[in-house]
Amino acid sequence: MSKCDRLVDLGRRQFLRGSAAAGVGAAATVVATPKRAEARARVEYPSNRLANVADLAVDEPLDISYPDDDSPGVLIKLGKAVPGGAGPDGDIVAYSVMCPHKGYFLNYHAADRTLNCPGHYSRFDVELEGQQIFGMSNQSLPMFELRVDASGDIFAEGVDELIYGRTNNVLGG
Amino acid sequence: MTYKRGVDQLPIPPADARVQNVTCDFCIVGCGYKAYSWDLNRQGGMAPGENAFGIDLAEQQWAESEAWYQPSMYNIVMQDGRPVHLVVKPDTDCVVNQGLNSVRGGRIAETRYSEQTGTMTDRLTHPQVWRYSQHMPTSWDDALSLVADVTRRVIEEWGEDGVIVSAFDHGGAAGGYENTWGTGKLYFDAMKIRNIRIHNRPAYNSEVHATRDMGMGELNNCYEDAELADTIFCVGANPLENQTNYFLAHWVPNLRGTSLGKKEEQLPGEPHAPAKVIFVDPRRTVSVNVCEIEAGAENVLHLAIKPGTDLVLLNALMTEIVDKGWHAADFIAAHTSGFDEALAANRTSIEDAAGITGLDPEDIRKAARWIAEPKEGGALRRTMMAYEKGLIWGNDNYRTNAAIANLCFATHSVGRPGTGCVRLGGHQEGYVRPPDGHVGRPAAYVDQLLINGEGGVHHVWATDHFKSTLNAEEFRRVYRRRTNIVKEAMEAIPYGDREAQVEAIVNAIRRGGLFAVDVDILPTPIGDCCHVVLPAATAGEMNLTSMNGERRLRLTEKYMDAPGAALPDCIIAARLANHLEASFRAAGNDAYADQFKGFDWQTEEDAFMDGYHQHAGGGEHVTYDRLRAMGTNGVQEPCAGVEDGKLVSTQRLYTDGVFGTDDGKAHFMASEWRGLQAKGRAEQREKYPFLINNGRKNMIWQNAFYDVRTPFVRERFPVPPIEMSPDDMADLGLEAGDLVEVWNDVGSTQAMVYPIATARRGECFMLFSSPLGQVGNVISEHTNELMIPNYKNVWANIRRIGRAPQADGISFKTPEYPADA
Repeated sequence: MSKCDRLVDLGRRQFLRGSAAAGVGAAATVVATPKRAEARARVEYPSNRLANVADLAVDEPLDISYPDDDSPGVLIKLGKAVPGGAGPDGDIVAYSVMCPHKGYFLNYHAADRTLNCPGHYSRFDVELEGQQIFGMSNQSLPMFELRVDASGDIFAEGVDELIYGRTNNVLGG
Repeated sequence: MTYKRGVDQLPIPPADARVQNVTCDFCIVGCGYKAYSWDLNRQGGMAPGENAFGIDLAEQQWAESEAWYQPSMYNIVMQDGRPVHLVVKPDTDCVVNQGLNSVRGGRIAETRYSEQTGTMTDRLTHPQVWRYSQHMPTSWDDALSLVADVTRRVIEEWGEDGVIVSAFDHGGAAGGYENTWGTGKLYFDAMKIRNIRIHNRPAYNSEVHATRDMGMGELNNCYEDAELADTIFCVGANPLENQTNYFLAHWVPNLRGTSLGKKEEQLPGEPHAPAKVIFVDPRRTVSVNVCEIEAGAENVLHLAIKPGTDLVLLNALMTEIVDKGWHAADFIAAHTSGFDEALAANRTSIEDAAGITGLDPEDIRKAARWIAEPKEGGALRRTMMAYEKGLIWGNDNYRTNAAIANLCFATHSVGRPGTGCVRLGGHQEGYVRPPDGHVGRPAAYVDQLLINGEGGVHHVWATDHFKSTLNAEEFRRVYRRRTNIVKEAMEAIPYGDREAQVEAIVNAIRRGGLFAVDVDILPTPIGDCCHVVLPAATAGEMNLTSMNGERRLRLTEKYMDAPGAALPDCIIAARLANHLEASFRAAGNDAYADQFKGFDWQTEEDAFMDGYHQHAGGGEHVTYDRLRAMGTNGVQEPCAGVEDGKLVSTQRLYTDGVFGTDDGKAHFMASEWRGLQAKGRAEQREKYPFLINNGRKNMIWQNAFYDVRTPFVRERFPVPPIEMSPDDMADLGLEAGDLVEVWNDVGSTQAMVYPIATARRGECFMLFSSPLGQVGNVISEHTNELMIPNYKNVWANIRRIGRAPQADGISFKTPEYPADA
């Protein structure tokens, strides 16, 4: 069995466990404020603390979740300013890690700073707002909008695409 | 800047949403989808009983959920005159794609006409004619009667050879059995048009004449064979990008070894292992990359030949296999003819082949073993041979196609589970037409006729030479000049004076002008030149049947209204026939007018019953009702009958060893190497430093007619990419995203540089058929003896023009999946 098979199987097992997926939600505090919105209007997002700038090291992704525990994501400090990057250096980004094609968990590849899907080989550029480099999804990777306060706390406060597996980014919203 | 939709919630189909069968509009694979539609004023709910999927949508769905649809799968469209919500999502019950969508099929909904959401609002909605110095909207009767009157005058003065036709012959949207029959009956039955060409090449000819001449149709196996094969031998094809879900759902399980259970169950009594795969391609593609990821590099052999030398390799493989005694001697004796003669003619040593192809002799020997060395215990290997445009549109089409068929027959790689010698395909298929023997062989080189000033009227059906022909710059220049002669003549006479208009048009044609009629769904560059533009409906706006690469016939049901007054092509053809009949009758030619009888169809189903039902093999069993009942799985052609109300499939062809020749035997064919066949290419190779190989990319469908209007795609590829070696880029002082001119002795075009670390020096790959940089501009007009172009083996120079628009917002990272991810 190839490494990739194992990754796919791992992904499946994680999904079967749902919100108990390993590493998910480590630093998240869910303050969901669901509110029904009309179709095509934007939903209202919670402001969740994900981590502090001091918790991050360059290229060491931190598992997070947003806007709730069932939506795994990743918080990455890139060490250089990027579009959409937050923090004093404009280099902190956060993304959903469920592939917006079929929902497999993405793997971070630090060598070229991409998130990669072992299911169907889609690739997303974490230095460019999750742009799909190659793949099967009709949207780029959902990026979590970040705000960093004076104490260095990092908050997620919005999402720019529909998260895989939802008809509404805020479940029950 | 990466494009984001900003959509973070979607309407939910209620439990009673209307559900209809859809086969993808686009590629040959024909993935199954379902269209859900419901009234605009209603909403489904999160609770399982409140939505069409029967699940709790308030909970996160996990991988491969049957219920999830992304924003590109949603739209608001008109249905029976009322706005409805529409979701078009992949069907998990379809055996073809098993719930997968490609990046192309995943945007069926988003590429529909919607005045509510603003998608594809520049669709053609009403007939237009050239009057008052521009295209003006008009009625069907006005537009068609003008076309009929001019066409009649051309036939009266120049005969039917004065009528030149460009028409799709494929399935899927802008094609399908209804529409190929409609156009076919008009041009091959009512008339006998000889000067006709197909959507992607300048003549009316098969891309695979040789295999047909040898007795083997080119779509002869089933997709499951890719799960059962011991070896997949893939020549000039890139299935991950071009037949995506065939590759993902049927090749990958065999590469991973997860189809082993199926092999042991269906093929007991012989050893089985995960597949080995061989690619023949000058270029390392993402297909090679992913096969290595899934099967392990030790089970993947990439034969990166020198461009255009496939034929030598194929002949050497056959020679080696026979010399080793691995050929299927019993099959050859019982079911073939011409083996000894072909072998003698094609005999090629491994060393000679290595010299010409640039390959390592040991790799050629390894390929021969993987293709034909009997399995432990002596069983024949099961090798599936797949090829596509690298072979079809490469060097010396006819002989190279014959060479792979020879290899197939020598190893009995057809008609057995796990085999097949198949083209992988571009569009779906949907061809049923009256006999076309009058077209002749070789067929007329239509584009050259037009360039040479021949023809008086040009009927164009969903075809755009401007994007997808060879010698394209000259074609455009002449076509604009000829059609302008007619436009200026039309402008000089008040439109309402029909008699004078037609006289002016005919006089303009006598002076070298060309009257042109375009039938399409969207404005096109060639349509700009035309004098009449007619709006067609596409799949889903009409009922449409097509078959996929395993001959699987399905019905895409009509789930929305066509925009404005747009009509199915078959109905346009019928109404044009009605007007031609009237025009000839009014002119007193009753005999010719009578040829246009039999076009009283009111619906596309009428055309289907007149065409497919009466004329296709097994068609007598097939009706819309029966196809509807077969859902997205349909029936594999030829339909073998009806049992318990269900259509019966033919899974594979030639299982009985009887082939499509007079004597029922498969005919081997001599196919000797003669170098780069197309005139001037060998000299061009010496003169210019860069091969401009070309083809499709995953994200873009066909000539990008929807994609240039789809921000998600347009922002990634604002102009066609050209993949280059970083070393070549350094030599030319190029950066990723630079706009370059590609130029040679034929013409010039533009592209955006995309670095590919694995690209060989001097070998580039450019997107084919783009409207914003046509590679056809640099491809010379020379074809093979049957008018098949060699689009692939082209050499040119490259120089920087500047930065491509939006280039700074584009990621130029490698498309390859990392081996260590």
